[in-house]
This record gives sequence, C-alpha cells and structure tokens, in this order.
Amino acid sequence: MWFFRSPVIVYGDDALFHLSQLQGRKALIVTDENILRLGFVQKIEKYLHDAGIETHVFSEVEPDPSLETVLKGKALAETLNPDWIVGLGGGSCLDAAKAIWLLYENPQLDPRAINPFEELKLREKAKMIAIPTTSGTGAETTWAVVLTDRAEQRKLSLGAPVNTPDIAIIDPDLVMELPPGLTASTGMDALCHAVEGFTSIWHNDFSDGLCLQAIKLVFEFLPRAYQRGKEDREARAKMHYAATLAGLGFINSMAALAHALGHSLGAIFHIHHGRAVGLFLPYTIEYCANAGGTRYGEIVRFLGIPYQDEKEAAAILVGKIRELAKSINEPLSLAEAGIPREEFEKALGKLVENASMDATINTGTRIPSEKETEKLFLYAYEGKSIDF
Amino acid sequence: MAYRFPSDEWVKALCKTLNESEAYAEAAKNWEGDFYFIIEPDEEFKETAYLYMDLWHGKCREAFLATDPSVKDPVFKIWAPYGTWKKVILGQLDPIQGLVTRQLKLKGDMIKIMRNVKAANELVKCCAKVETEFAA
Repeated sequence: MWFFRSPVIVYGDDALFHLSQLQGRKALIVTDENILRLGFVQKIEKYLHDAGIETHVFSEVEPDPSLETVLKGKALAETLNPDWIVGLGGGSCLDAAKAIWLLYENPQLDPRAINPFEELKLREKAKMIAIPTTSGTGAETTWAVVLTDRAEQRKLSLGAPVNTPDIAIIDPDLVMELPPGLTASTGMDALCHAVEGFTSIWHNDFSDGLCLQAIKLVFEFLPRAYQRGKEDREARAKMHYAATLAGLGFINSMAALAHALGHSLGAIFHIHHGRAVGLFLPYTIEYCANAGGTRYGEIVRFLGIPYQDEKEAAAILVGKIRELAKSINEPLSLAEAGIPREEFEKALGKLVENASMDATINTGTRIPSEKETEKLFLYAYEGKSIDF
Repeated sequence: MAYRFPSDEWVKALCKTLNESEAYAEAAKNWEGDFYFIIEPDEEFKETAYLYMDLWHGKCREAFLATDPSVKDPVFKIWAPYGTWKKVILGQLDPIQGLVTRQLKLKGDMIKIMRNVKAANELVKCCAKVETEFAA
C-alpha cells in the first residue's frame, strides 16, 4: 500500500492568471527579499486582488530557512488569519511556506517534530498555493520540508504527506531571468530528484515515468537553458516542467543518499542545495552500483544508450552527469566547490553524523555505515571514483 | 531454533540479536527510550500482546512479553494488527512505509524518531534475523 500525491498543477504561459480565479478573502505570501525586489510579489498580488483577495507579505525567508524563521511566519499567520498561504520563490521559500501553513494549523507542533507518521490537521484554516521561481527543487509538488537547526548546524529532513500544496503554478515567465549559476545548481537538483526517485527502494510504477521523463528533459534542456537563458524560451519552460516532474517523481518514491550527504554538507558549508546534491550524485551512483541491485540500466536505456551490464550502465550515467556538470560549470568535487581542506577535515565528524541522521539515507539501495559515509565524503572531496 | 511470534522467547531472541549487531549499535548509538510493540488481534491471532524493549545507546537492556501492560509506561508505543507485524518481520512491508501509511501506528517523541530513522531500520533488519515461527 502506498499513495500518489499531487497538487493541481497549473502550467504554461500565463499560468499565473489562475490566481485571479481563486475564491478566498486573505492571502499570506511567503517569500524572500530578493523575490520582492524582482517585482514578482506585486505581480502575484495584482492577480489575487483581481480575485478580491487581500494580501500580506512575509518576506523574511533566508536561504536554508531556520526553525526561528518559520515560527516567526507562523506567528504572523496567526495574527492575520489568512485562508490562503502562497509560497513564492525557490525551495527555501516554498519549504518555509509549507512549514508555516502546517504550524499555523497545528499551533502546538514543534517544527522539529513535523513528521509523516501521525495525523496532522490541515486545510481547516487555509489552503496553499506554491509558485516556484527556480527550476529545480520541485518543492511546489512535495510534502518534504527541509529546515535548518542553526544551533545544531543541521538540516532537518522533515515532512508530512498532508502538507502537499493544493495548487502548484508552473509559469515559465518567472524563470526567464534566472541567472546562469542558479539555473545550473537548481537544474542539478532536479536531475538528482529524478535519478534518486527512480532508483530508491520505494520506486513505483506511478513515479517511474515522471522520473525518467524529467531525466531526459534535464539532459536535453539544462545546457541550453544555462547557455541561452531567456533567449531560449523552450529550454526555460522545459526545465521548469522537468523540475516539477522530478519533484512529483521523487516525493512519491523518495530521495536517497545524495540528499543525505548534500543536506549534511549544505548545513555546514552553506553550499547551494542543488549544487551539493548534484555533486554527490555520481559518487552515490557508483557506491550503490558497486553492491548491485540498482536500476541505472533502465535510465540509460531510456536515454537510448546501449550497455552490457549494470556496472557499465552506472558508469555511463555517471559519465553523462559529470559531462553535464562540466558543461554548466558545476563543481565535480568538494575541493572544486571551494571548501578548504582544513575546514573540511575539521567538519568531517559532524558531516558524517548529520548524514547518518538524515531520513533520506534509508531509502537508497545501499545504506552506508559511518565508516563508509566518511569515505564517501573523502572521495567526493578528492574527486575520486568510488571503489568500495 | 525458531521462536514463536509473539512470545517472551521471541522478544528476548530479538534483544540478543540487537546486542550482537554492529550496524544496530552504530545506528542507534544516540537512542534512549523504551518501547511497547503492541500486537493487536486479527483473523490469525486472537489476543493482544505487549512486547517490551528497553533500548539504550545501541543496546537492548531488557526485553519481555508483558502479561500486564501496566507494568511499564514506555516512551514509545508502536501498534498494528498481528498480520501487519508478520509482514514487517518477513520483509514484505517496509516499516517506514508502514508507518507513513498508518498500517503501523506510533506514539512518542517525534523529534527523536525523525533523528533516528536509520536506527529503526536496523532494528527491523534484526527482527528478520530472528528465526520466527508464526501463530498462523
């Protein structure tokens, strides 16, 4: 028994127009200062006002949102009493919006205890719309919430299935001006979601197709979106859809080891989430393939590449991911990502501890011991192929 | 030797298996908290059974079948019908998926649980290592 969950997905040119068709009285828009400066908030507000909905803005979401930030947002929601929560921005804004929504309806809940195992209340006070302004996290489709515990220097992989947004608006206009660096990192995030969603131990027939199509779109359109930006509207739109497909794919299966390592790294070295998980992906593919029982061959076959056996398929996929990363100037090792060796070595114990506690470490086909997790970090630092 | 599930012998065998598992010791090294694993009646098993386990920093300190559940008030309780437990022990149901779909129900400190999913996984792997004879 398992579920397939999805918001209503409104996509394509002018998808934002759907906001003017909503019914409600008051919306709290959860976003960040940068999105506010770019004028996206005003655009959203105009449509909501056309629908007769009053708007308020919480723009204090920082990259890798903290527990404190979502508690602040929750307090504002309690004061305003909105019937719509609108998440607008990248993954951080959307995750913060989801957490604020859940805490607003469950005031006694400690955000660290957001979990998929108990029944939590939702939709008694408000519904939620997620509007991504990057093409990668897929957070608009998922119930995953990643929050940062600053005191513990740890990202918390949280989530409750009920926390899936009601509506996701995938409007390519919002990503036309995305800078190349962010296009690259977020694109690698989408690829990682799709590969891990397809290969996790919880993969299923409902999520497989979404993951495969997302992988195909990323390989084809990410280099174009990176190189040509808004000049290539098709590539921008396809990457925006790929991110949503990958989000739906992985949340209905699960993310895995690259996410556990990436979350751990991001919390300590503040490397962009997409960059971190994308960087680890080739290493974790090699690590899993060394034990067998993986599905990398099916991915490679879907991409139209012949292969002899599972190990070769994994090597082909790793090669393609590294080639893609190079073409969009993403680092291939932690050293290349600019992490000083001394700081890395000092943090290694914490990196291993954080990764071992991350929920996503459990859903790959191979679960590393702490010794192996340490080796994975060390190999990824040096850029060495995984031989264990 | 096969142990009947659920029984005092079975839970003690699981306790021994946990104490011999390096993977469990490592994954649960920060875990502090005792459990009732509650087996509810269904078509195959007509009673309610309470298996108590005191799990502490990667070791099992005490385990027994509680004939009177009021003898302990553990921090965590997981309950499900007998048939669901059988599937978990046989590896036919991923315990985390079982919890997410509420086939298994859990009460306790969720912050602690969310930090120790790996330990829960290793614990279930150890269940599968106990040679088990089912009631039906």
